[in-house]
Amino acid sequence: MIALYFFYFFAFTAILSSFLVIFANNPVHSVLWLILTFFSVAGFFILVGAEFLALLLMIVYVGALAVLFLFVVMMLNINFAGLRSGVAQYLPFGILIGLVIFIELILAFVPWDFKEQTINNLSSPINLSEANTVALGKVVYTDYFFLFQCAGIILLIAMIGSIVLTLRSRPDVKRQNITEQIFRNPNSSIEVKDINPGEGI
Amino acid sequence: MIIPIEHFLIVSASLFVIGVFGIFLNRKNVIIILMSIELILASVNINFVVFSSYLGDLVGQVFAMFILTVAAAEAAIGLAILVCFYRLRNSIFIEDANTMKG
Repeated sequence: MIALYFFYFFAFTAILSSFLVIFANNPVHSVLWLILTFFSVAGFFILVGAEFLALLLMIVYVGALAVLFLFVVMMLNINFAGLRSGVAQYLPFGILIGLVIFIELILAFVPWDFKEQTINNLSSPINLSEANTVALGKVVYTDYFFLFQCAGIILLIAMIGSIVLTLRSRPDVKRQNITEQIFRNPNSSIEVKDINPGEGI
Repeated sequence: MIIPIEHFLIVSASLFVIGVFGIFLNRKNVIIILMSIELILASVNINFVVFSSYLGDLVGQVFAMFILTVAAAEAAIGLAILVCFYRLRNSIFIEDANTMKG
């Protein structure tokens, strides 16, 4: 019974904070509401017994993604007041599209029941005697190892891509050129002068 | 399971619709649009994990993990493009992104 109360609490928080994500005037507040939404989603995951994904969601979204959003919002000098103009113009159309999608999703709200035969078609049944992290590791590192490697490559490409996109060469900044430094020799860098006493150069 | 699966599905559908609504509402602000996409992906993740748990099959959680990966990569690239765009145009208005006359 207490799980149900927790579910309603998380559901209320998730829906309210996701509304505030799109309605907040300040994008910094939007990011903070987004963090609260992801915390509630992590709460759902814990309620259904997917602890590893819940903690992963908190680490990836709250720890990395939200901080990335905050950095970008705070680093760019943007006039956010102008960005809100024209909301009233889009509001009716947005509500219409939202309602249509919600009605189309109404299929999800009818009571669900799984057939008896589905138990025979499970490719990796959950064994409740072992922890969620252990079970996930046993599946990910064996059956889905190739996809796991692909996910790593996607992350690598994303990292390289974002570095390449944001890197710019600035001519006014002095940078260290290591090749140039290594290939220096005394002939090109030292000049010996013979100075007579009392004369100077 | 004490909680009926429909409850989760209703919350997930609501999050999805709020995400789509956010894209329509904040058509000028790229940052909020990216956040709305994250909301949509989170709602998809809820469905995957809940069905995986109620069906007793672990594959849904594995797939949700890959969605998480792709979502993180997409947000990183999106924000990098946003920073580039801001350097070029000094604004993040989507209306200014008309170089290709699309």
